[in-house]
Amino acid sequence: MRKQLIAAAIGAGVALASPAVFAQQDLNFDEYRAMLEDGNPAELYEMEGEELWKTARGPKNATLEQCDLGLGPGVVQGAAAQLPRYFADADKVQDLETRLMYCMEKQQGIDPAEIVNGKFLQGERRQMAALVAYVVGQSKGEKIAVDLSHPKMKEMYALGEQAFYYRTGAMDFACSSCHSQDGKRIRATQLPNITKPEGAAAGWGSWPAYRVSNSQFWTMQHRLWDCFRQQRTAEPIFASDVTIALSVFMAGKGNGAEAQWPGVKR
Amino acid sequence: MASPMRIRAAAKEGVTEVRVLMSHVMETGQRKDSSGALIPAHFITELTAKHNDKVVLSAEFGPSVSTNPYLAFKFNGGAKGDKVAVTWVDNKGETRTDEVQVS
Repeated sequence: MRKQLIAAAIGAGVALASPAVFAQQDLNFDEYRAMLEDGNPAELYEMEGEELWKTARGPKNATLEQCDLGLGPGVVQGAAAQLPRYFADADKVQDLETRLMYCMEKQQGIDPAEIVNGKFLQGERRQMAALVAYVVGQSKGEKIAVDLSHPKMKEMYALGEQAFYYRTGAMDFACSSCHSQDGKRIRATQLPNITKPEGAAAGWGSWPAYRVSNSQFWTMQHRLWDCFRQQRTAEPIFASDVTIALSVFMAGKGNGAEAQWPGVKR
Repeated sequence: MASPMRIRAAAKEGVTEVRVLMSHVMETGQRKDSSGALIPAHFITELTAKHNDKVVLSAEFGPSVSTNPYLAFKFNGGAKGDKVAVTWVDNKGETRTDEVQVS
């Protein structure tokens, strides 16, 4: 009798460990995300960012309402869907954070070094995250439409592609080690295949996002910084070329897909 | 000062569905900071929802509720243009009330 019980217990254990059960489990987060759609706490950051956009701040005591995100001064609606882009005034390819930093410097007189040398979730970077939430929220459901035609954009795309496949760090990892196959995951987190348009869109179009597990809102710069950290390599400088290049690569590959900003993550 | 809540209220077939997203740290009082010192408890203790002036929901919250809590509930009645107000009070005595019109 006892032996039979043990056999049954082992049987149950094997059944639990079977891949079929795991497959069901890892799909559950989509359901959870759907439930959270109406209550994504990232909206709190959006509200904060909208307020901040209209608040006079910095040494020049100005608002960001004249900030040109690429569609003209003050146009926020749909702007994030077309970023990163080449800006003639800065003669640089800029992603959303870099552009906001530029505006904060030019309009408000806030020193970019404060942001570049700062820490995530603190000080001016924390303020910027709220602004990011607001701006991307105004492109929710818009199609990603990054114009790659400018030579500097082409250059950035190529650099991004190179960085994506570049193996480095203590574990000799590249972005592609985790993000170039279908159906890969770390624990229950599905890793999008960024070499394909749908995977790139899934990644690019769902960050910035609110992470439920740590109650933090992460911008794309923050997400990329963490990828480098997970890669066990040198941490990238905030808004440095390599981070923008990777963004151009992802956004360019994801062109045409709908953005789900801001996202919500486990 | 406490940050605003995001409230949505929609009436359909005599029932109003209310969805509230609160901005609150909901610190349990069990966690320690990087220097090992205990982070003081700071969480919502009471929540009241009113339809016009009538209380339709009152709840006690505790430290087990997540950061930035989300609450959804329904009540009978309510029509377009009615007011729905939600108030919370936390253990430090801070409070916040936000109001929306039913859509």
